[in-house]
Amino acid sequence: MPTLTYRDALNQALREEMQRDPSVFLMGEEVGVYQGAYKVSRGLLEEFGAQRVVDTPIAELGFAGIGVGAAMAGLRPVIEFMTWNFALLALDQIVNAAAKMLYMSGGQLRMPIVFRGPNGAALQLSSQHSQAWESWLAHIPGLKVVAPATPADAKGLLKSAIRDNNPVIVLEGEMLYNLKGEVPEGEHVVPIGQADVKREGTDVTLICHSKTVSVALKAADQLAEQNVSAEVVDLRSLRPLDESAILTSVAKTNRAVVVEEGWPHAGIGAQVVDIIQRDAFDHLDAPVQRVTQADVPMPYNKHLERAAKASPEKVAAAARRVLYLE
Amino acid sequence: MSANAELHITMLRHMLLIRRFEEKTAEAYALGKIGGFCHLYIGQEAVAVGCLSALREDDYAISSYREHGQALVRGIPPGVVMAELFGKATGCCKGKGGSMHLFDAGRRFMGGHGIVGGHIPLAAGIAFAAKYQGGDQVCVCFFGEAAVNIGAFHEALNMASVWKLPVIFLCENNRYGMGTAFERVAAVTDVVEHACSYDMAAEAVDGMNVLTVYDATRRAVERARKGGHPTLLEVRTYRYMGHSMSDPLHGVYRTKDEVEEQKKKDPITQLAEKLKEEKVLDQTKLDAMDAEIHAEVDAAVKFADESPDPDPAELYHDVLAD
Repeated sequence: MPTLTYRDALNQALREEMQRDPSVFLMGEEVGVYQGAYKVSRGLLEEFGAQRVVDTPIAELGFAGIGVGAAMAGLRPVIEFMTWNFALLALDQIVNAAAKMLYMSGGQLRMPIVFRGPNGAALQLSSQHSQAWESWLAHIPGLKVVAPATPADAKGLLKSAIRDNNPVIVLEGEMLYNLKGEVPEGEHVVPIGQADVKREGTDVTLICHSKTVSVALKAADQLAEQNVSAEVVDLRSLRPLDESAILTSVAKTNRAVVVEEGWPHAGIGAQVVDIIQRDAFDHLDAPVQRVTQADVPMPYNKHLERAAKASPEKVAAAARRVLYLE
Repeated sequence: MSANAELHITMLRHMLLIRRFEEKTAEAYALGKIGGFCHLYIGQEAVAVGCLSALREDDYAISSYREHGQALVRGIPPGVVMAELFGKATGCCKGKGGSMHLFDAGRRFMGGHGIVGGHIPLAAGIAFAAKYQGGDQVCVCFFGEAAVNIGAFHEALNMASVWKLPVIFLCENNRYGMGTAFERVAAVTDVVEHACSYDMAAEAVDGMNVLTVYDATRRAVERARKGGHPTLLEVRTYRYMGHSMSDPLHGVYRTKDEVEEQKKKDPITQLAEKLKEEKVLDQTKLDAMDAEIHAEVDAAVKFADESPDPDPAELYHDVLAD
C-alpha cells in the first residue's frame, strides 16, 4: 500500500472525486495558482482548469455563500478555508444557510457541500490563529462534522464528505499535513459516523480525534511502560457521533479519558461524558476525566503554549487518575 | 388585445393579487392564524411584478423575508402560500418555513431568507452554477436597502463582477430598515453608486411604476444572458405597512402624512388609470377582476384554514438528506 502524507491523501481524494463527478468544484483562497496555502490542492488547477478550481478574494462569508448558492442549483462545491479561524466570518452561511436549507424548504433543497480547512493550533501562531472549532460546528443540526487523524482516514472521509448530500465540515489537523501513513489506492471510502479503535487495550479508554489521536497513542505508549493497557478510540466523526463505539469500549475498560484540542467549557468531551454517564453509568469504576486546551486564549510564548496544549504526559496523568494510580 | 396589453393586464392582475393576499394575511395575523414575524409587501407590488414578468420560467429568483409577493408572481398557488403562513402541512414548505422562508424549487423560487443580506451571496452562487452548467439562466436577487450596509452585499457584488456572473441584484429601496431611515445610517444614499466600486452596470428605477421596473429588468436580463454581466438595480419604492406585523405603520420614524403622500403614487392605481386611458380596461372590468381575486384569496384562506397541521413525526424529517 502506498505511503502518503495527510496533505497528499486529501489531494488524492479531491482529484479522484473531481474526476468522478463533473459537478464537484473547489473554491477558496489560494487554491489555484498558488497551489493551496497548505498545498492540498497541488496540481488541481492544471488538471481541471480555472472553472473548477476557483481562486477567490479574501471574502470568506461571500465565497462560502456562493458555494451554498451553487449547491442549491445542483453543484457539489468544496469550499476551502485557509484556516477555520477565518471561517468564523462565514458562520452565517454555514449555520443559517447551509445547515437549515433542507429543513426550512420542507425537504426541497439538498445541500451537498463540503467546508474544509485546517483546524486547531499549530506552533506559536498566538490567539487568533490557534483555535479548535469542532464543538461550535458539531452543535448544529443539519451539519455533519468529521475530523480525520490519519492520511487514510483523511482520504476516506473527504471522499465520503464530497459524496454526501448534506453539508459536511471537514476539520483537517493543521499539524497533521506532513504526517505519513499507508493510504489505499483508488476507491477508499470511510463512512461518516464510524469511530475507529486505533489501539486496543483493557484498562482505560482514551477517546480522541484529529491531532489528539497521536497524543493519545503516545500516552498509551507511556502507560504501557507502567503496565497500563490503554485503548485508543478515534471518534473520526463528531456529528453524527459513534455512541456505540464509545460505550463498547467503556464497557470493556470501565474507565475513560476524553482528549480534545478545544477548550473545556461545552466542548466535545462534555458531550462524550454525557453519553457515558447516561448509558454506561453502571460500567464506570471512576469519574471520567477530560484533557483539553487550557481555558485561555492561546499564548505566543512557546513554553506557555506547550503548557496550554493537551500532551501525552497530561493524558497519561489523567489515565492514572481514573485508575487511582495517583 | 395586443400582446403588450395582455402583458399589462397580467401585471395588473398580479399586483392586485398581492395586494388582496396581503390584506387577508394581515386579517389572519390579527386573528392569530399566522404566527411569528410577518412582513407585508403592500405598496411594493410593482417591484416583484415588474421584475419577475421579465424572467423566463427557468430563471431563478431569490428573496429576503419580505417575499410573499415574489412567491405569488413566481406561480406558487395562493392557497399553498397561505397554508405555509398558517404553518400547515399543505404549505409550500410543509409548514416548516413560514412567512420568511417560502420555497418552490420546481418554480426556481429559491427562498425566503431571514438574515438581512445573507442571501445575496447565494444569488451569486446560483448564477455561478447556471454558468458552470452551460445554461443561459439568470438569477434575480431581491433585498432591501438596509442590506447594502452589510458585508455580504459587497463581497457578492465584487465576485459577481470579477467572475461575470449572470445575476441581477435588485435593491428594493423602501427607505426604512425597520424604523431607521436609510440616510441616517448610510454614507452613500443613492444605492446605485455602489456599482461604481464593482465596475458594474446599474440603474435607478421608479419602483412605483411597474412598466419602468419591467423595462429596466429586461435590460439587465439581456446583459446577464449575453455576456454574463451582473447589474445592480436600485428600485425606489415604499412600504405602506409597518416593517412587520408587530410594528406600527408610522409614528416615531415617519409621519402619517408621508405615508399618505406616497399612497398617491400607488402602483396599482397608476397602471389601472393608464390602461383605462388606453381603453384596454374600464371600471367594470377592473371591478370584475378585483372580485375574482377577492374570491381567489378567500379560497386560499379557506384552504389554509381547513388544511391539517404537519404530522408530529415531521419534526425529525428533512434535517438531513439521504
